[in-house]
Amino acid sequence: MDFIKQTFAVTLLNLQTIPQRFGSSGVAIVGIAGVVIVLVSVLSIAQGFSAAMEQTGSPSRALVMRSGADSEMTSGLGATEVDLIKQAPGLLRDGQTAVASAELYVVIDIPKIGTNSPANVPMRGVEPQATAVRNEFSIVEGRMFQFGTNEVVVGRGASVNFQGLKVGNTIRSGQNTWEVVGMFETDGSVAETEIWCDSKILQGAYRRGNTYQTVLAHLDSSDSFDRFRDSLTSNPQVNVQVRRETEYYAQQSRALSSLIRNIGFGIAALMGIGAVFGAILTMYTAVSTRAREIATLRALGFNTTSVLVSVLSESIALAAIGGAIGGVLAYVAFNGYQTSTMNFSTFSQVAFAFQVTPQLLGMGLTYALAMGLIGGLFPALRAARLPIPSALREL
Amino acid sequence: MKFLPLLWSSLWRKKVRTIFTLLSVFIAFLLFGLLMTIRGAFSFGVDIAGLDRLVLIHKVSLIMPLPVSYKDRLAATDGVTMVSHQTWFGGVYQDPANFFAQMVVEPEPFMKIYPEFKIPPDQVKAWLADRQGAIVGVDLAKRFKWKIGDRIPIVGTIWQPKQGQVWDFNIVGMYDGDSGVDKTQLFFRYDYLDENRLRGEGLVGWYVVKIADPSQASAMGAKFDSMFANSSAETKTTTEKGFVEGFAKQIGDIGTIMIAILVAVLFTMLLVAANTMAQSVRERTSEMGVLKTLGFSNAAVLTLVLSESVLIAVIGGSLGLGLAWVIVQQGDPTNGMLPVFVLPQRDVVIGGVMIVVLGLIAGALPAFNAMNLKITNALRRS
Repeated sequence: MDFIKQTFAVTLLNLQTIPQRFGSSGVAIVGIAGVVIVLVSVLSIAQGFSAAMEQTGSPSRALVMRSGADSEMTSGLGATEVDLIKQAPGLLRDGQTAVASAELYVVIDIPKIGTNSPANVPMRGVEPQATAVRNEFSIVEGRMFQFGTNEVVVGRGASVNFQGLKVGNTIRSGQNTWEVVGMFETDGSVAETEIWCDSKILQGAYRRGNTYQTVLAHLDSSDSFDRFRDSLTSNPQVNVQVRRETEYYAQQSRALSSLIRNIGFGIAALMGIGAVFGAILTMYTAVSTRAREIATLRALGFNTTSVLVSVLSESIALAAIGGAIGGVLAYVAFNGYQTSTMNFSTFSQVAFAFQVTPQLLGMGLTYALAMGLIGGLFPALRAARLPIPSALREL
Repeated sequence: MKFLPLLWSSLWRKKVRTIFTLLSVFIAFLLFGLLMTIRGAFSFGVDIAGLDRLVLIHKVSLIMPLPVSYKDRLAATDGVTMVSHQTWFGGVYQDPANFFAQMVVEPEPFMKIYPEFKIPPDQVKAWLADRQGAIVGVDLAKRFKWKIGDRIPIVGTIWQPKQGQVWDFNIVGMYDGDSGVDKTQLFFRYDYLDENRLRGEGLVGWYVVKIADPSQASAMGAKFDSMFANSSAETKTTTEKGFVEGFAKQIGDIGTIMIAILVAVLFTMLLVAANTMAQSVRERTSEMGVLKTLGFSNAAVLTLVLSESVLIAVIGGSLGLGLAWVIVQQGDPTNGMLPVFVLPQRDVVIGGVMIVVLGLIAGALPAFNAMNLKITNALRRS
């Protein structure tokens, strides 16, 4: 009982005197807060990017591309192939028509807001069934474009990130002009970075003849995927590969998000080592400026463990303050921050928002506490082992 | 210089503290070196992009091809010294994860326009003689352990051959170049592609035009664009530098992110170092008094403390930058995503300056205090 009381008393004393050592404690707090900000913010980039990619797609949709194509961009399908694909078993049908959309996927040069330099904004030519295939599609401003005209609708992410993509505007691109008549949302998925228009019109504008690049098909149930795929891959008249839409997008995001994550963890690990050194220095300073007090306490009969615990608690408390400050700052500064980047596999822009999730904040705080624990350990041992006579004599 | 032993012994007065300060500075500049490398890697070699080279792309988008017939019209324009076209092949070697750039070029104009790619003359001859010949960067060859004479199959994703899906290439040469040159590309001949592709005959990706007078770049660009205005394939001309910069900007502002992180890192390390220096000078108040009693001038004491802090910064900082350099020498850790992975010389110089500045700022306040110390007060304190 005595032991606990002692520990409690010394720890309280330590924590209460932190403001007196404001300078050096501040260094430890700032150092740890800095590490947490960097860790959380860099990981929030990866989190936001992969969330945007993974929200895209539903397991009950299948994406058909030419076999050998590694993305929608490099795929190509002739009109007869498209017809055969739409007749395959396992597709959802609305009366006689298959709920499937043959699409073109190209990019168009539009300046990015902020840099003013041209960016590859994805443009998708769709068929009337496209909105039935994607049930999450909804127009939030203006109206849907009319098929057979040069009207387009733009995704919310595209509208935020690129110049001139507002309802009522006209986009000039080479000899084509496109009229923006509406803005749409698709639950925050990648499609929101796209501009949609009639696939027939886009075929003409990009001189693609009567060809398409992909078919996005709604299956009659998620389980009919295998039936749908096998019937197409075994059909010698078509040369295609079939993937679930979810798989396609997950694979697209893998390379970039793991690159960002690795860079983030790498930087945070190195910075963390630096911050641990900072914390060690702070705690050593704290111990050495109070060497006489600590020796006095021990001379009075306080045991070594209580001294050790008190120093460790101080270090962890500083780390917790730093971690909390860092987490809050990262959240305030970066959560929901809109940006866009290049997805290399389709060579086109993807708009997304940084996401500071509770999980990331928890990870940041845990990391901060670990740094505090490691940073406090050696100084605490030193304080506990301080030779009493010489410490009492110190200045 | 004669005070060096004094400096040295005061550094090691408290070993643990000095070591940890050194390590903090070391980590800070290790990060500095690595972040600057990442920043450079994401700018895709913009520093070596030629100012006398213009890039013509399709006005609608880079993915739209241009007719090969533009070449003669461009070459006939006054002020043009050389014209070449390139096409992105985008094939897959064995596995999609093995990404690297494959470019379709015309060997002769290509090698003249890009003197930075160094190819031995006998290999050039072999390339001109072999239609299926390909030239690969030394880094790429190392990655896949290719040797001259190897035959490699690449599956076309954009361009399909008339039969099957695979294009075969003979590696006839390897190019090298200064640091900053992307040595991870494969170049092969346009005539091989054009004769064997299923569709798209006579189409090329973009043109690179070398002009005689770089100061005329924007006027020449405007001239080219007006030459092809109102045709079925209108063009947009930029300098190669502008083109590469624009491309890098599409990824996002990596440079700003890296610098923001660095500011956070260096600021923290500055606090740590300044705090340690202040603490160490405070502890030595009476020693400072003794030095002054012995006849050290105020300026000498100031210099002494400042040199001590600069010395810590220089030792820790240069070790950190050095290690960063060693790590970067190992090459791109991402397997091909960051082809130009070098620590730019300019950033090494900037790093060196920052090391000294960090040392000076960290030592400034304690040094100033030590200078103003009154002997009587200093000696009385203990």
